Amino acid sequence: MWTWFYKLASPPHVYGVAAALMPWLLGGAALAVAYGLIAGLAFAPPDYQQGDAFRMIYVHVPGAILSLTVYMVMAAASAVALVWRIKVGHAVAAASAPIGASFALMALVTGSLWGRPMWGAYWAWDPRLTSELILLFIYIGVMSLRSAFEDPARGDRAAALLAVVGVVNVPIVHFSVVWWNSLHQGATIVKLGTPSMPGSMLWPLLSMWLGFMLFYGAVLCTRVQAEVLNRERQAAWVREAIKS
Amino acid sequence: MMSNFWSMGGYARYVWPCFGFAGAVLAWNLWAARRLLAGARLRSARALAMAASDAR
Repeated sequence: MWTWFYKLASPPHVYGVAAALMPWLLGGAALAVAYGLIAGLAFAPPDYQQGDAFRMIYVHVPGAILSLTVYMVMAAASAVALVWRIKVGHAVAAASAPIGASFALMALVTGSLWGRPMWGAYWAWDPRLTSELILLFIYIGVMSLRSAFEDPARGDRAAALLAVVGVVNVPIVHFSVVWWNSLHQGATIVKLGTPSMPGSMLWPLLSMWLGFMLFYGAVLCTRVQAEVLNRERQAAWVREAIKS
Repeated sequence: MMSNFWSMGGYARYVWPCFGFAGAVLAWNLWAARRLLAGARLRSARALAMAASDAR
């Protein structure tokens, strides 16, 4: 029953699964994002307070959620790699870091563009914005630490430790709008209770969220293939793998 | 009708750059991942070729 789980520790198996999954994940992402964009930009009604500026939610919120989700995946993979010494865990963590950093940057820049017309400023040292900026710095720290060692195995371990310790920032980002007075609005969809949006606005947002998740899966598959190849360059299975 | 859409109720200068930046981030992710994989394949092929020539 658990065979499939144990196989996830095998680099050739992970390489093959990633190669097979990637086109399906990318196709699903394209469909979900296309629906989300069309419905969100053209058919969702304007917000009664923010007008059409609210439409920035369709990229800002999925980007922000993904910046946290990718971090959780990176931290979990790092913990698995540290505890069980599974090399694939380091490959998944190394593959996730630049993707997560790009989503954190997306959340910050799109949030800044939304903040200007709503708050009158591109930036404020608000708890949500500041903790998201710290998340971006942690991603950059994890990537820098990995490449700072001549011995890649030591770099992997150091980066994994920082990723696991840095997970403490994830609940701070999410609950910052609850714990402190914040300019930033509260949770819209990721919260207990019903989402505070009508269906015509909510469905495109959920579709964009799904699309971004699938997109992360697709890019992760490609990057994991590269990371596994870099770590297993001399292995016998690589000859067959790079032919295909 | 179309000009209303593009003007985004007067918020066009914020809405379109916001979507443009998000699109650029997604495109960069795809491009960078494919480039990384192509580089890894090339390095693996070179390593295998060197190992084969050493064996001979």
